[in-house]
Amino acid sequence: MIQRNKFGLSAIVLSMALAGCSSAPTDESTDIEDTSVQTGQVDTSVIDDSAIEVAMAADTVFYFDYDKALLKPESRAALLEHAASLNNNPRSVRLEGHADERGTREYNMALGERRANAAKEFLVLQGVSAGLIEVVSYGEERAASYGSNDSAWSMNRRVELK
Amino acid sequence: MSRVNRICVLLLLVLSSSAWSELVIRVTQGNDKPTIVAVSPIALNGIQIKEDIGSIVEADLKRSGLFSAIPRRDMLAFPSTAKDVYYRDWRMLGTEYLVVGAMIPVDEGRYQLDFSLLNVTAQKTEFNHRVSGTKSQMRDLAHLISDKIYREITGIRGAFSTRLAYVTANRENGKYVYRLNVSDADGAREKLMLESPEPIMSPSWAPNGKELAYVSFETGRPAIFRQNLVTASRQQLTNFTGLNGAPSWSPDGKKMALVLSKDGNPEIYMLDLLSKKLTRLTRHFAIDTEPTWMPDGKHLLFTSDRGGTPQIYKLNIASKATQRLTFRGNYNARASLAPDGRTLALIHRASSTFHVASFDLVTGRLIELTETRLDESPTVAPNGAMLMYATKQGDRGVLAAVSLDAGVRYVLPAKSGDVREPAWSPFLR
Repeated sequence: MIQRNKFGLSAIVLSMALAGCSSAPTDESTDIEDTSVQTGQVDTSVIDDSAIEVAMAADTVFYFDYDKALLKPESRAALLEHAASLNNNPRSVRLEGHADERGTREYNMALGERRANAAKEFLVLQGVSAGLIEVVSYGEERAASYGSNDSAWSMNRRVELK
Repeated sequence: MSRVNRICVLLLLVLSSSAWSELVIRVTQGNDKPTIVAVSPIALNGIQIKEDIGSIVEADLKRSGLFSAIPRRDMLAFPSTAKDVYYRDWRMLGTEYLVVGAMIPVDEGRYQLDFSLLNVTAQKTEFNHRVSGTKSQMRDLAHLISDKIYREITGIRGAFSTRLAYVTANRENGKYVYRLNVSDADGAREKLMLESPEPIMSPSWAPNGKELAYVSFETGRPAIFRQNLVTASRQQLTNFTGLNGAPSWSPDGKKMALVLSKDGNPEIYMLDLLSKKLTRLTRHFAIDTEPTWMPDGKHLLFTSDRGGTPQIYKLNIASKATQRLTFRGNYNARASLAPDGRTLALIHRASSTFHVASFDLVTGRLIELTETRLDESPTVAPNGAMLMYATKQGDRGVLAAVSLDAGVRYVLPAKSGDVREPAWSPFLR
Protein backbone atom coordinates (compact mmCIF):
# COMPACT_ATOMS: atom_id res chain seq x y z
CA MET A 1 0.00 0.00 0.00
CA ILE A 2 1.17 3.48 -0.72
CA GLN A 3 1.90 5.38 2.46
CA ARG A 4 -0.37 8.40 2.83
CA ASN A 5 0.77 11.66 4.21
CA LYS A 6 -1.03 14.93 4.72
CA PHE A 7 -0.67 15.67 1.05
CA GLY A 8 -2.72 12.55 0.45
CA LEU A 9 -3.63 11.78 -3.09
CA SER A 10 -1.99 14.81 -4.60
CA ALA A 11 1.41 13.45 -3.63
CA ILE A 12 0.59 10.16 -5.28
CA VAL A 13 -0.61 11.84 -8.42
CA LEU A 14 2.43 14.04 -8.45
CA SER A 15 4.71 11.11 -7.92
CA MET A 16 3.05 9.19 -10.71
CA ALA A 17 3.50 12.18 -12.94
CA LEU A 18 7.15 12.44 -11.92
CA ALA A 19 7.69 8.74 -12.43
CA GLY A 20 6.10 9.07 -15.83
CA CYS A 21 8.45 11.76 -17.02
CA SER A 22 11.40 10.23 -15.19
CA SER A 23 14.14 12.43 -16.48
CA ALA A 24 17.46 10.87 -15.54
CA PRO A 25 18.26 7.47 -16.92
CA THR A 26 19.38 5.21 -14.06
CA ASP A 27 22.73 3.53 -14.51
CA GLU A 28 22.24 1.21 -11.55
CA SER A 29 20.16 0.97 -8.41
CA THR A 30 20.47 -0.20 -4.81
CA ASP A 31 17.80 -1.44 -2.40
CA ILE A 32 18.56 -0.80 1.26
CA GLU A 33 17.99 -3.85 3.46
CA ASP A 34 16.76 -3.76 7.02
CA THR A 35 19.64 -4.22 9.47
CA SER A 36 18.21 -2.59 12.58
CA VAL A 37 20.02 -3.28 15.85
CA GLN A 38 18.29 -4.96 18.83
CA THR A 39 19.32 -4.80 22.48
CA GLY A 40 20.60 -7.87 24.34
CA GLN A 41 20.05 -8.75 27.98
CA VAL A 42 22.67 -9.57 30.57
CA ASP A 43 21.89 -12.46 32.85
CA THR A 44 20.53 -10.97 36.03
CA SER A 45 22.77 -13.02 38.30
CA VAL A 46 23.79 -10.65 41.07
CA ILE A 47 27.39 -10.67 42.12
CA ASP A 48 27.75 -11.49 45.77
CA ASP A 49 29.55 -8.69 47.54
CA SER A 50 29.04 -10.13 51.02
CA ALA A 51 32.73 -10.87 51.46
CA ILE A 52 33.38 -7.17 51.71
CA GLU A 53 31.40 -7.05 54.93
CA VAL A 54 33.86 -9.27 56.82
CA ALA A 55 35.74 -7.05 59.23
CA MET A 56 39.42 -6.85 58.49
CA ALA A 57 41.78 -4.92 60.69
CA ALA A 58 44.70 -4.67 58.29
CA ASP A 59 44.70 -2.65 55.07
CA THR A 60 42.79 -4.37 52.27
CA VAL A 61 44.06 -2.15 49.45
CA PHE A 62 47.65 -2.45 48.28
CA TYR A 63 49.18 0.16 46.01
CA PHE A 64 51.82 -0.24 43.30
CA ASP A 65 54.34 1.84 41.38
CA TYR A 66 53.73 2.67 37.74
CA ASP A 67 54.07 -0.32 35.43
CA LYS A 68 55.21 -2.44 38.41
CA ALA A 69 53.78 -5.46 40.20
CA LEU A 70 56.15 -5.41 43.15
CA LEU A 71 54.59 -5.45 46.63
CA LYS A 72 55.61 -2.50 48.77
CA PRO A 73 56.83 -3.08 52.40
CA GLU A 74 53.55 -1.78 53.91
CA SER A 75 51.57 -4.11 51.62
CA ARG A 76 53.68 -7.08 52.71
CA ALA A 77 53.09 -6.20 56.34
CA ALA A 78 49.33 -6.02 55.83
CA LEU A 79 49.30 -9.23 53.79
CA LEU A 80 51.18 -11.01 56.62
CA GLU A 81 48.29 -10.16 58.94
CA HIS A 82 45.75 -11.37 56.38
CA ALA A 83 47.70 -14.60 55.90
CA ALA A 84 47.68 -15.24 59.64
CA SER A 85 43.94 -14.55 59.82
CA LEU A 86 43.22 -16.79 56.81
CA ASN A 87 45.37 -19.60 58.21
CA ASN A 88 43.46 -19.46 61.51
CA ASN A 89 40.09 -19.08 59.89
CA PRO A 90 40.16 -20.29 56.27
CA ARG A 91 37.65 -18.66 53.90
CA SER A 92 37.48 -17.78 50.20
CA VAL A 93 38.88 -14.39 49.23
CA ARG A 94 39.09 -12.40 46.05
CA LEU A 95 42.09 -10.37 44.98
CA GLU A 96 41.02 -7.71 42.47
CA GLY A 97 43.85 -6.19 40.46
CA HIS A 98 43.69 -2.73 38.91
CA ALA A 99 45.80 -0.45 36.72
CA ASP A 100 45.77 3.26 36.03
CA GLU A 101 44.29 4.54 32.79
CA ARG A 102 47.57 5.02 30.94
CA GLY A 103 48.33 2.54 28.20
CA THR A 104 46.02 0.12 26.46
CA ARG A 105 43.03 -1.56 28.10
CA GLU A 106 43.83 -5.20 27.51
CA TYR A 107 47.49 -4.70 28.43
CA ASN A 108 46.24 -3.07 31.65
CA MET A 109 44.06 -6.13 32.27
CA ALA A 110 47.26 -8.16 32.20
CA LEU A 111 49.02 -5.66 34.50
CA GLY A 112 46.15 -5.79 36.98
CA GLU A 113 46.32 -9.56 37.02
CA ARG A 114 50.09 -9.50 37.51
CA ARG A 115 49.61 -7.30 40.60
CA ALA A 116 46.85 -9.49 42.03
CA ASN A 117 49.00 -12.57 41.40
CA ALA A 118 51.88 -10.96 43.30
CA ALA A 119 49.59 -10.62 46.32
CA LYS A 120 48.28 -14.16 45.86
CA GLU A 121 51.78 -15.65 45.68
CA PHE A 122 52.72 -13.81 48.84
CA LEU A 123 49.70 -15.23 50.70
CA VAL A 124 50.39 -18.75 49.38
CA LEU A 125 54.01 -18.52 50.57
CA GLN A 126 52.58 -17.72 54.00
CA GLY A 127 50.64 -20.97 53.91
CA VAL A 128 47.25 -19.83 52.62
CA SER A 129 45.69 -22.44 50.34
CA ALA A 130 45.80 -21.27 46.70
CA GLY A 131 42.36 -22.80 46.21
CA LEU A 132 40.84 -20.22 48.55
CA ILE A 133 42.12 -17.27 46.51
CA GLU A 134 40.45 -16.04 43.36
CA VAL A 135 42.29 -13.50 41.25
CA VAL A 136 40.21 -11.15 39.07
CA SER A 137 41.71 -8.28 37.10
CA TYR A 138 39.66 -5.22 36.27
CA GLY A 139 42.49 -3.49 34.42
CA GLU A 140 41.64 0.22 34.15
CA GLU A 141 37.89 -0.44 34.02
CA ARG A 142 37.10 0.43 37.64
CA ALA A 143 38.98 3.47 38.76
CA ALA A 144 38.97 4.24 42.50
CA SER A 145 39.85 7.86 41.84
CA TYR A 146 38.80 9.92 38.84
CA GLY A 147 41.00 12.37 37.09
CA SER A 148 43.95 12.17 34.75
CA ASN A 149 46.75 13.13 37.11
CA ASP A 150 49.48 11.50 39.20
CA SER A 151 47.52 11.40 42.46
CA ALA A 152 44.48 9.76 40.85
CA TRP A 153 46.69 7.31 38.99
CA SER A 154 48.55 6.33 42.19
CA MET A 155 45.20 5.52 43.86
CA ASN A 156 44.16 3.37 40.91
CA ARG A 157 47.25 1.12 40.68
CA ARG A 158 46.07 -1.26 43.35
CA VAL A 159 44.97 -4.69 44.49
CA GLU A 160 41.89 -4.99 46.66
CA LEU A 161 41.40 -7.94 49.00
CA LYS A 162 37.75 -8.89 49.36
CA MET B 1 17.36 10.84 27.89
CA SER B 2 17.00 9.48 24.42
CA ARG B 3 19.67 6.99 23.59
CA VAL B 4 19.28 7.74 19.96
CA ASN B 5 21.38 10.70 18.97
CA ARG B 6 23.05 10.88 22.34
CA ILE B 7 26.23 11.37 20.45
CA CYS B 8 25.93 14.70 18.80
CA VAL B 9 28.33 14.89 15.97
CA LEU B 10 30.21 18.09 16.31
CA LEU B 11 32.74 18.31 13.62
CA LEU B 12 36.04 19.82 14.39
CA LEU B 13 37.78 19.67 11.10
CA VAL B 14 41.36 20.55 11.64
CA LEU B 15 42.75 21.11 8.23
CA SER B 16 46.44 21.19 7.82
CA SER B 17 48.76 20.61 4.96
CA SER B 18 50.89 17.53 5.20
CA ALA B 19 52.50 14.96 3.02
CA TRP B 20 50.15 12.30 1.71
CA SER B 21 50.91 8.75 2.66
CA GLU B 22 50.66 5.84 0.31
CA LEU B 23 47.16 5.04 1.46
CA VAL B 24 45.61 8.09 -0.11
CA ILE B 25 48.04 8.87 -2.88
CA ARG B 26 45.33 8.20 -5.45
CA VAL B 27 43.54 11.31 -4.33
CA THR B 28 44.58 13.99 -6.78
CA GLN B 29 44.11 16.85 -4.37
CA GLY B 30 45.17 17.18 -0.79
CA ASN B 31 42.88 18.44 1.91
CA ASP B 32 44.61 21.80 1.73
CA LYS B 33 42.88 22.06 -1.63
CA PRO B 34 39.62 20.19 -1.13
CA THR B 35 37.28 19.34 -3.99
CA ILE B 36 34.39 21.80 -3.99
CA VAL B 37 31.05 20.04 -4.12
CA ALA B 38 27.51 21.40 -4.00
CA VAL B 39 24.66 19.20 -2.78
CA SER B 40 21.36 20.63 -3.96
CA PRO B 41 18.53 19.81 -1.51
CA ILE B 42 16.83 16.56 -2.50
CA ALA B 43 13.36 17.23 -3.99
CA LEU B 44 10.88 15.38 -1.77
CA ASN B 45 7.74 15.81 -3.88
CA GLY B 46 5.57 16.10 -0.77
CA ILE B 47 7.10 13.15 1.07
CA GLN B 48 7.53 14.01 4.72
CA ILE B 49 10.75 12.82 6.31
CA LYS B 50 12.57 14.22 9.29
CA GLU B 51 16.08 13.79 7.86
CA ASP B 52 17.63 16.28 5.51
CA ILE B 53 19.31 13.87 3.11
CA GLY B 54 21.30 16.53 1.30
CA SER B 55 22.75 17.83 4.58
CA ILE B 56 23.76 14.32 5.66
CA VAL B 57 25.56 13.78 2.35
CA GLU B 58 27.25 17.14 2.67
CA ALA B 59 28.38 16.40 6.25
CA ASP B 60 29.73 12.98 5.21
CA LEU B 61 31.81 14.45 2.42
CA LYS B 62 33.11 17.31 4.54
CA ARG B 63 34.06 14.97 7.39
CA SER B 64 36.32 13.03 5.05
CA GLY B 65 38.46 16.16 4.79
CA LEU B 66 38.67 15.82 1.02
CA PHE B 67 35.71 18.06 0.23
CA SER B 68 34.37 21.49 0.99
CA ALA B 69 30.73 22.31 0.28
CA ILE B 70 28.92 25.26 -1.25
CA PRO B 71 26.44 26.50 1.41
CA ARG B 72 22.78 26.40 0.42
CA ARG B 73 22.34 30.11 0.98
CA ASP B 74 24.81 30.75 -1.86
CA MET B 75 22.94 28.54 -4.33
CA LEU B 76 20.95 30.37 -7.01
CA ALA B 77 18.65 27.43 -7.63
CA PHE B 78 17.89 24.02 -6.14
CA PRO B 79 17.80 21.73 -9.21
CA SER B 80 16.75 18.14 -8.63
CA THR B 81 17.55 16.67 -12.05
CA ALA B 82 20.40 17.16 -14.48
CA LYS B 83 18.21 18.87 -17.05
CA ASP B 84 17.35 21.66 -14.60
CA VAL B 85 20.99 22.57 -14.07
CA TYR B 86 22.47 25.80 -15.41
CA TYR B 87 26.13 24.91 -15.26
CA ARG B 88 27.25 28.51 -15.57
CA ASP B 89 25.64 29.44 -12.23
CA TRP B 90 27.50 26.65 -10.47
CA ARG B 91 30.81 27.41 -12.17
CA MET B 92 30.56 30.98 -10.92
CA LEU B 93 30.31 29.65 -7.37
CA GLY B 94 33.48 27.61 -7.92
CA THR B 95 31.61 24.30 -7.81
CA GLU B 96 33.50 21.35 -9.23
CA TYR B 97 30.84 18.71 -8.67
CA LEU B 98 27.10 19.05 -8.16
CA VAL B 99 24.78 16.46 -6.63
CA VAL B 100 21.08 16.59 -7.54
CA GLY B 101 18.32 14.17 -6.64
CA ALA B 102 14.60 13.64 -6.22
CA MET B 103 12.59 11.19 -4.17
CA ILE B 104 9.22 9.63 -5.05
CA PRO B 105 7.07 7.11 -3.18
CA VAL B 106 6.80 3.60 -4.57
CA ASP B 107 4.73 0.75 -3.20
CA GLU B 108 4.65 -0.76 0.32
CA GLY B 109 5.97 2.32 2.14
CA ARG B 110 9.15 2.35 0.11
CA TYR B 111 10.67 5.39 -1.49
CA GLN B 112 13.07 5.69 -4.34
CA LEU B 113 15.62 8.38 -4.80
CA ASP B 114 17.19 9.10 -8.18
CA PHE B 115 20.35 11.10 -7.89
CA SER B 116 23.08 12.23 -10.23
CA LEU B 117 26.64 13.41 -9.84
CA LEU B 118 27.37 16.20 -12.30
CA ASN B 119 30.84 17.34 -13.28
CA VAL B 120 30.43 21.11 -13.48
CA THR B 121 33.79 21.75 -15.14
CA ALA B 122 33.15 19.23 -17.89
CA GLN B 123 29.38 20.00 -17.97
CA LYS B 124 28.49 16.33 -17.95
CA THR B 125 26.73 13.75 -15.85
CA GLU B 126 29.23 11.40 -14.18
CA PHE B 127 26.57 8.88 -13.17
CA ASN B 128 22.92 8.40 -12.26
CA HIS B 129 21.89 6.06 -9.48
CA ARG B 130 18.58 4.95 -8.02
CA VAL B 131 18.43 3.96 -4.36
CA SER B 132 15.32 2.79 -2.53
CA GLY B 133 14.36 2.19 1.09
CA THR B 134 11.77 2.82 3.78
CA LYS B 135 11.26 5.96 5.85
CA SER B 136 13.40 4.53 8.65
CA GLN B 137 16.26 4.08 6.19
CA MET B 138 16.66 7.67 5.03
CA ARG B 139 20.09 7.95 6.69
CA ASP B 140 21.12 4.71 4.96
CA LEU B 141 20.06 6.24 1.65
CA ALA B 142 22.08 9.38 2.40
CA HIS B 143 25.23 7.46 3.36
CA LEU B 144 24.92 5.30 0.26
CA ILE B 145 24.77 8.44 -1.88
CA SER B 146 27.89 9.70 -0.08
CA ASP B 147 29.67 6.39 -0.75
CA LYS B 148 28.90 6.53 -4.48
CA ILE B 149 30.03 10.14 -4.82
CA TYR B 150 33.19 9.62 -2.77
CA ARG B 151 34.18 6.61 -4.85
CA GLU B 152 33.51 8.35 -8.16
CA ILE B 153 35.60 11.38 -7.28
CA THR B 154 38.43 9.89 -5.17
CA GLY B 155 38.65 6.37 -6.57
CA ILE B 156 38.47 5.07 -2.98
CA ARG B 157 35.53 3.05 -1.72
CA GLY B 158 33.44 5.15 0.66
CA ALA B 159 32.97 4.02 4.28
CA PHE B 160 30.02 6.26 5.18
CA SER B 161 27.58 3.33 5.30
CA THR B 162 29.60 1.57 7.99
CA ARG B 163 29.01 1.44 11.74
CA LEU B 164 30.86 2.01 14.97
CA ALA B 165 30.67 -0.10 18.09
CA TYR B 166 31.87 1.50 21.33
CA VAL B 167 31.52 1.30 25.09
CA THR B 168 30.19 4.05 27.34
CA ALA B 169 30.55 4.27 31.10
CA ASN B 170 28.29 6.55 33.11
CA ARG B 171 27.78 7.02 36.82
CA GLU B 172 24.05 7.09 37.41
CA ASN B 173 22.67 7.34 40.96
CA GLY B 174 26.08 6.53 42.35
CA LYS B 175 26.41 3.36 40.34
CA TYR B 176 28.31 2.63 37.19
CA VAL B 177 26.38 1.71 34.07
CA TYR B 178 28.35 0.23 31.18
CA ARG B 179 26.80 0.16 27.73
CA LEU B 180 27.81 -1.38 24.46
CA ASN B 181 26.43 0.77 21.64
CA VAL B 182 26.38 0.67 17.87
CA SER B 183 25.92 3.79 15.76
CA ASP B 184 26.37 4.90 12.20
CA ALA B 185 29.94 5.88 11.32
CA ASP B 186 28.93 9.54 11.80
CA GLY B 187 27.74 8.85 15.37
CA ALA B 188 24.03 9.15 14.51
CA ARG B 189 21.36 6.52 15.25
CA GLU B 190 23.02 5.18 18.38
CA LYS B 191 21.52 1.82 19.38
CA LEU B 192 22.01 0.02 22.67
CA MET B 193 23.35 -3.53 22.35
CA LEU B 194 23.96 -4.31 26.01
CA GLU B 195 23.71 -2.58 29.37
CA SER B 196 25.40 -3.88 32.48
CA PRO B 197 26.46 -2.74 35.97
CA GLU B 198 29.77 -4.54 35.37
CA PRO B 199 32.46 -3.53 32.86
CA ILE B 200 32.11 -4.24 29.14
CA MET B 201 35.30 -4.22 27.06
CA SER B 202 37.00 -4.94 23.76
CA PRO B 203 34.24 -5.05 21.13
CA SER B 204 35.32 -6.86 17.94
CA TRP B 205 33.28 -7.09 14.73
CA ALA B 206 32.61 -10.34 12.93
CA PRO B 207 33.86 -9.95 9.35
CA ASN B 208 30.26 -10.07 8.05
CA GLY B 209 29.32 -7.10 10.25
CA LYS B 210 26.39 -8.98 11.79
CA GLU B 211 27.87 -9.93 15.15
CA LEU B 212 30.11 -8.49 17.83
CA ALA B 213 32.37 -10.29 20.27
CA TYR B 214 33.23 -8.52 23.52
CA VAL B 215 34.30 -9.01 27.11
CA SER B 216 31.65 -8.69 29.82
CA PHE B 217 32.18 -8.92 33.60
CA GLU B 218 28.50 -9.69 34.26
CA THR B 219 29.38 -13.06 35.83
CA GLY B 220 31.72 -11.34 38.29
CA ARG B 221 34.77 -12.14 36.18
CA PRO B 222 35.73 -11.41 32.59
CA ALA B 223 34.20 -13.66 29.94
CA ILE B 224 33.97 -13.45 26.16
CA PHE B 225 30.54 -13.26 24.55
CA ARG B 226 29.28 -13.05 20.99
CA GLN B 227 26.06 -11.23 20.13
CA ASN B 228 24.01 -10.92 16.97
CA LEU B 229 23.10 -7.31 16.17
CA VAL B 230 19.71 -7.98 14.59
CA THR B 231 18.37 -10.80 16.79
CA ALA B 232 20.20 -9.71 20.00
CA SER B 233 20.84 -13.39 20.75
CA ARG B 234 24.06 -13.82 22.70
CA GLN B 235 26.32 -16.66 23.67
CA GLN B 236 29.10 -16.94 26.25
CA LEU B 237 32.20 -18.32 24.54
CA THR B 238 34.69 -18.62 27.39
CA ASN B 239 34.60 -19.14 31.13
CA PHE B 240 38.17 -19.86 32.18
CA THR B 241 39.98 -18.93 35.36
CA GLY B 242 41.75 -15.61 34.97
CA LEU B 243 41.74 -13.33 31.96
CA ASN B 244 39.30 -14.01 29.15
CA GLY B 245 39.99 -11.10 26.86
CA ALA B 246 40.88 -9.32 23.64
CA PRO B 247 38.67 -11.30 21.23
CA SER B 248 39.53 -10.85 17.54
CA TRP B 249 37.50 -12.49 14.79
CA SER B 250 39.46 -14.23 12.01
CA PRO B 251 39.03 -12.87 8.46
CA ASP B 252 36.94 -15.95 7.48
CA GLY B 253 34.77 -15.57 10.59
CA LYS B 254 35.36 -19.17 11.70
CA LYS B 255 37.91 -18.61 14.44
CA MET B 256 38.59 -16.19 17.20
CA ALA B 257 41.96 -15.17 18.61
CA LEU B 258 41.74 -14.35 22.29
CA VAL B 259 43.72 -14.10 25.52
CA LEU B 260 43.50 -16.54 28.42
CA SER B 261 45.62 -16.59 31.57
CA LYS B 262 44.42 -19.98 32.81
CA ASP B 263 48.01 -21.24 32.48
CA GLY B 264 49.23 -18.62 34.96
CA ASN B 265 49.94 -15.67 32.68
CA PRO B 266 48.30 -14.17 29.59
CA GLU B 267 48.74 -16.27 26.45
CA ILE B 268 47.24 -15.99 22.95
CA TYR B 269 44.78 -18.73 22.06
CA MET B 270 42.72 -19.52 18.98
CA LEU B 271 39.15 -20.75 19.39
CA ASP B 272 37.46 -22.62 16.55
CA LEU B 273 33.92 -21.24 16.77
CA LEU B 274 32.30 -24.35 15.27
CA SER B 275 34.19 -27.18 16.98
CA LYS B 276 35.00 -25.10 20.11
CA LYS B 277 38.53 -26.49 19.88
CA LEU B 278 41.03 -24.30 21.67
CA THR B 279 44.63 -24.00 20.42
CA ARG B 280 47.35 -22.35 22.46
CA LEU B 281 49.55 -20.16 20.25
CA THR B 282 52.07 -18.50 22.60
CA ARG B 283 54.16 -19.99 25.38
CA HIS B 284 55.98 -17.32 27.34
CA PHE B 285 56.02 -16.10 30.93
CA ALA B 286 55.60 -12.50 29.74
CA ILE B 287 52.31 -10.72 28.96
CA ASP B 288 51.01 -11.73 25.53
CA THR B 289 47.79 -9.94 24.57
CA GLU B 290 45.84 -7.87 22.01
CA PRO B 291 45.95 -10.31 19.08
CA THR B 292 44.79 -9.06 15.69
CA TRP B 293 44.66 -10.99 12.43
CA MET B 294 46.68 -10.39 9.31
CA PRO B 295 44.43 -10.45 6.21
CA ASP B 296 45.92 -13.82 5.13
CA GLY B 297 44.37 -15.50 8.18
CA LYS B 298 47.71 -17.25 8.78
CA HIS B 299 49.44 -14.68 10.97
CA LEU B 300 48.54 -12.69 14.06
CA LEU B 301 50.00 -9.50 15.43
CA PHE B 302 50.05 -9.18 19.22
CA THR B 303 51.46 -7.13 22.09
CA SER B 304 54.10 -8.72 24.33
CA ASP B 305 56.48 -7.44 26.99
CA ARG B 306 58.76 -10.46 26.56
CA GLY B 307 61.56 -8.06 25.55
CA GLY B 308 61.12 -5.99 28.73
CA THR B 309 58.69 -3.42 27.34
CA PRO B 310 55.42 -3.87 25.43
CA GLN B 311 56.11 -4.20 21.71
CA ILE B 312 54.29 -5.55 18.65
CA TYR B 313 55.14 -9.09 17.53
CA LYS B 314 54.07 -11.17 14.55
CA LEU B 315 53.07 -14.78 15.04
CA ASN B 316 52.92 -17.52 12.42
CA ILE B 317 49.89 -19.58 13.47
CA ALA B 318 51.11 -22.82 11.84
CA SER B 319 54.71 -22.76 13.09
CA LYS B 320 54.03 -20.58 16.19
CA ALA B 321 57.23 -18.70 15.33
CA THR B 322 57.27 -15.10 16.58
CA GLN B 323 59.09 -12.05 15.28
CA ARG B 324 59.40 -8.66 16.95
CA LEU B 325 58.26 -5.82 14.67
CA THR B 326 58.55 -2.56 16.65
CA PHE B 327 61.76 -1.23 18.18
CA ARG B 328 61.34 2.54 18.46
CA GLY B 329 60.29 3.67 21.93
CA ASN B 330 59.48 1.66 25.05
CA TYR B 331 55.72 1.22 24.54
CA ASN B 332 54.07 0.06 21.33
CA ALA B 333 50.80 -1.80 21.82
CA ARG B 334 47.29 -2.62 20.57
CA ALA B 335 47.94 -2.89 16.84
CA SER B 336 45.06 -2.38 14.40
CA LEU B 337 45.81 -3.25 10.80
CA ALA B 338 44.70 -1.11 7.86
CA PRO B 339 43.06 -2.98 4.98
CA ASP B 340 46.21 -2.59 2.86
CA GLY B 341 47.75 -5.24 5.13
CA ARG B 342 50.90 -3.20 5.65
CA THR B 343 50.00 -0.11 7.71
CA LEU B 344 49.48 -0.62 11.43
CA ALA B 345 47.83 1.82 13.78
CA LEU B 346 49.13 1.35 17.31
CA ILE B 347 49.53 3.08 20.66
CA HIS B 348 52.99 4.57 21.03
CA ARG B 349 54.39 6.19 24.17
CA ALA B 350 56.60 9.20 23.60
CA SER B 351 57.88 11.22 26.58
CA SER B 352 55.19 9.81 28.89
CA THR B 353 52.22 10.58 26.62
CA PHE B 354 50.32 7.99 24.63
CA HIS B 355 49.67 8.74 20.97
CA VAL B 356 48.23 6.87 18.04
CA ALA B 357 51.02 6.17 15.56
CA SER B 358 51.14 4.50 12.19
CA PHE B 359 53.74 1.84 11.55
CA ASP B 360 54.69 0.64 8.07
CA LEU B 361 55.33 -3.10 8.17
CA VAL B 362 57.54 -2.91 5.08
CA THR B 363 59.72 0.11 5.79
CA GLY B 364 59.52 -0.03 9.59
CA ARG B 365 58.71 3.69 9.69
CA LEU B 366 56.70 4.87 12.70
CA ILE B 367 54.82 8.19 12.54
CA GLU B 368 52.88 9.78 15.39
CA LEU B 369 49.45 10.80 14.12
CA THR B 370 47.81 12.48 17.11
CA GLU B 371 48.53 15.32 19.49
CA THR B 372 46.20 14.12 22.23
CA ARG B 373 47.93 12.49 25.20
CA LEU B 374 45.98 9.53 26.59
CA ASP B 375 45.07 7.76 23.37
CA GLU B 376 43.74 4.21 23.24
CA SER B 377 42.04 1.65 21.00
CA PRO B 378 42.82 2.71 17.41
CA THR B 379 40.50 1.17 14.79
CA VAL B 380 40.99 1.69 11.08
CA ALA B 381 38.03 2.31 8.73
CA PRO B 382 37.51 -0.53 6.24
CA ASN B 383 38.57 1.76 3.38
CA GLY B 384 41.78 2.70 5.20
CA ALA B 385 41.20 6.44 4.90
CA MET B 386 40.56 7.29 8.55
CA LEU B 387 41.05 5.71 11.92
CA MET B 388 39.08 6.28 15.09
CA TYR B 389 40.48 6.11 18.61
CA ALA B 390 39.58 6.94 22.19
CA THR B 391 41.17 9.82 24.04
CA LYS B 392 40.48 12.29 26.86
CA GLN B 393 39.07 15.79 26.75
CA GLY B 394 39.50 17.11 30.24
CA ASP B 395 38.53 14.14 32.41
CA ARG B 396 36.07 12.76 29.88
CA GLY B 397 36.64 9.94 27.45
CA VAL B 398 35.77 10.89 23.87
CA LEU B 399 36.16 9.36 20.43
CA ALA B 400 38.32 11.10 17.87
CA ALA B 401 39.32 10.38 14.31
CA VAL B 402 42.42 11.08 12.29
CA SER B 403 43.32 10.26 8.71
CA LEU B 404 46.20 7.83 8.26
CA ASP B 405 48.30 10.69 6.91
CA ALA B 406 47.35 12.86 9.94
CA GLY B 407 45.93 15.56 7.62
CA VAL B 408 42.32 15.36 8.82
CA ARG B 409 41.09 15.19 12.39
CA TYR B 410 37.72 15.34 14.08
CA VAL B 411 36.17 14.57 17.46
CA LEU B 412 32.85 12.95 18.33
CA PRO B 413 32.14 14.18 21.85
CA ALA B 414 29.48 12.49 23.95
CA LYS B 415 26.99 14.57 25.88
CA SER B 416 27.76 12.76 29.13
CA GLY B 417 29.96 10.08 30.56
CA ASP B 418 32.96 8.34 29.09
CA VAL B 419 33.03 6.96 25.57
CA ARG B 420 35.73 4.45 24.80
CA GLU B 421 36.90 1.51 22.71
CA PRO B 422 35.59 2.32 19.25
CA ALA B 423 35.52 -0.57 16.78
CA TRP B 424 34.92 0.35 13.14
CA SER B 425 32.74 -2.18 11.34
CA PRO B 426 33.73 -3.88 8.10
CA PHE B 427 31.91 -2.85 4.91
CA LEU B 428 28.27 -3.80 5.42
CA ARG B 429 27.08 -4.01 1.82
